[in-house]
Amino acid sequence: MTESPPTLELRNVSKRFGAVQALDAVDFSVRAGEVMALVGDNGAGKSTLIKSVAGIHPFDDGQVLFDGREVHIHGPKDSARLGIEVVYQDLALCDNLDVVQNMFLGRESHDVFRRLRELDMEQRANATLATLSVTTIRSTRQTVATLSGGQRQSVAVARAVMWNSRVVILDEPTAALGVAQTRQVLELVKRLGGQGLAVVLISHNLHDVFEVADRITVLRLGRDVGVYERAATTQQEIVAAITAGVPTKVAGIPGTGA
Amino acid sequence: MSTAAPQEVRLADGERETVLGAARAYVDKVRAGDVGSLPVVGGMAVIVAVFTAKVGVFFSAINFNNLVVQMVPVALIAIGVVFVLLIGEIDLSIGYLAGVCGVCVAWFAQPGTHHQVPGLVAIFLAIGLGALIGLVQGSFVAVLGVPSFVVTLAGLLAMEGVIIRWVGSQASISIQDKVVNGTANYFLSPAASWIVAAVVSAGFAAVTVGGFVARRRAGLPVGSPALAGLRVAGLAAAAFLVVAVSNRDRGLSFAGLLLVAMLVLGTFVAKRTTFGRHVYAVGGNAEAARRAGINVPFIRICVFMISGATAGLGGVLLAARLNGVDLTIGGGSTLLDAIAAAVIGGTSLFGGRGRVVAALLGALVIRTIANGLGLLGSSSATEYMITGVILLAAVTLDTLSRRRLERSGR
Repeated sequence: MTESPPTLELRNVSKRFGAVQALDAVDFSVRAGEVMALVGDNGAGKSTLIKSVAGIHPFDDGQVLFDGREVHIHGPKDSARLGIEVVYQDLALCDNLDVVQNMFLGRESHDVFRRLRELDMEQRANATLATLSVTTIRSTRQTVATLSGGQRQSVAVARAVMWNSRVVILDEPTAALGVAQTRQVLELVKRLGGQGLAVVLISHNLHDVFEVADRITVLRLGRDVGVYERAATTQQEIVAAITAGVPTKVAGIPGTGA
Repeated sequence: MSTAAPQEVRLADGERETVLGAARAYVDKVRAGDVGSLPVVGGMAVIVAVFTAKVGVFFSAINFNNLVVQMVPVALIAIGVVFVLLIGEIDLSIGYLAGVCGVCVAWFAQPGTHHQVPGLVAIFLAIGLGALIGLVQGSFVAVLGVPSFVVTLAGLLAMEGVIIRWVGSQASISIQDKVVNGTANYFLSPAASWIVAAVVSAGFAAVTVGGFVARRRAGLPVGSPALAGLRVAGLAAAAFLVVAVSNRDRGLSFAGLLLVAMLVLGTFVAKRTTFGRHVYAVGGNAEAARRAGINVPFIRICVFMISGATAGLGGVLLAARLNGVDLTIGGGSTLLDAIAAAVIGGTSLFGGRGRVVAALLGALVIRTIANGLGLLGSSSATEYMITGVILLAAVTLDTLSRRRLERSGR
């Protein structure tokens, strides 16, 4: 599993906002086909990390490697060009538009007269939803306002993966969902990994994290506490790392916190 | 949910293919809070029935043509209002903006002066002036972030002043130019009117059938063919009926034809172009639109320019209808009629929901009431009160349906 370089790797990245050191020499990596969870308490630096990766505010220091090559991300366009897509917590969907229209928002398929190619868009939207096995949406021509929370999340994820993306970052995708819909979204997250995408899952819910993640990165007060293999760790250990911090970067030492 | 993912997942379809399915989809839409134009069409039927029963002359060919000419300026201005409401803004300047453009066309068409230009040029200058004023107002809203309510209220005041200054001491400018006056007072010959009805019906049928065939060929779910057929037949019947009635009087009015053309153009822009899609997106969720890479300020400015241009065209017709302009042009109820028309027609005040044809439906309601009450000999007091009640009802309906929409969004 270690032969090819990680799809996205951050080395020693730092970010400072005035007096606040939001990220301090953090290492982070995610490989193709894996779900990497990013956990940590409020203010641990999770949002700062993903916003920097998304190009909203660049890192002050450190290296960003994509497929093993160093890249510089200065704006959202840079990260989009690399194939990094972020699904934000508020989803950023237009309720008054239908599923197809939302999936192509800002990137509509059109001819030289800027006339919309509706059929093309609808076919591609349907195909994308089908490959993600999103079957609960009755019609892609219904407005997003009529969808449930889980269905909306599916639409937002489908929008992110449609553009030959390589890395999909999901910010708290299950935070506002009920049990059944959380199920639905977690299944979707697993499938994304199964399709060879590098998936970063940010979540407060360790139960969800343990269900879908392959590895877990813990952040605490802007530093990375460690990277844990899901199979070789326990929820107690992760909780200890989140709250107390464990001064080790060796993966999966059993019993440290519990 | 099973984890085994079959490669070919048929997304729901089929059920829309029947009239019953279409009816159910419509009920779903209403339940979700999208009432569309149903209340307007129903209300219109009631209004027509009441006036027909009360005043004999109301349901006559001559009155029909008068009504069309009275309605068109309001409807034209309302097209711009629909766009402004779609992005969740308001334009209060359109009344006097139309007035300024009316004065502009009259001034440029004034015979025997050094600033006289051909009628058609004068018309386009007036529309251009409207768009230019829209550009200025839109820039304040989109770039500087001043609330549109205040910007356009300031525009309203300023433009009233401009009208008084421009019309000048003689207090009116008459228009003799045939082209300018013809926009409101020209009627097509009966033969030409029939041709228009045929072209409009055939065009609508072609678009409907074409869309149907293309979807089927692409393997996408299609709506009910019966319903589509019904819609085509309905529009054709309406077109031929309008022409039949018009031809018993002077023929089809050019103003009505112009309105139809503008409605088609507006609908095309709103529904079939990337620009229109982005207009709806900005009104639905401006932040989402921004993150999707849409240039939100640009869209806002363009929409205010559209509003200015349609108000300009409306102003030309206001001036042409009276063969001249005076100090009251664009005043009175012009502004509120246009905004009320857009809202009564089913455009949401909260942005993101509405159709261009709302301008026609709403203007029809408002002007029909004014026309009928006028024939009844009622005072304008009654007209204002009734229009007020209808506007309140329309906005209440919009608010309730929006609440419903939010709730059904879960």
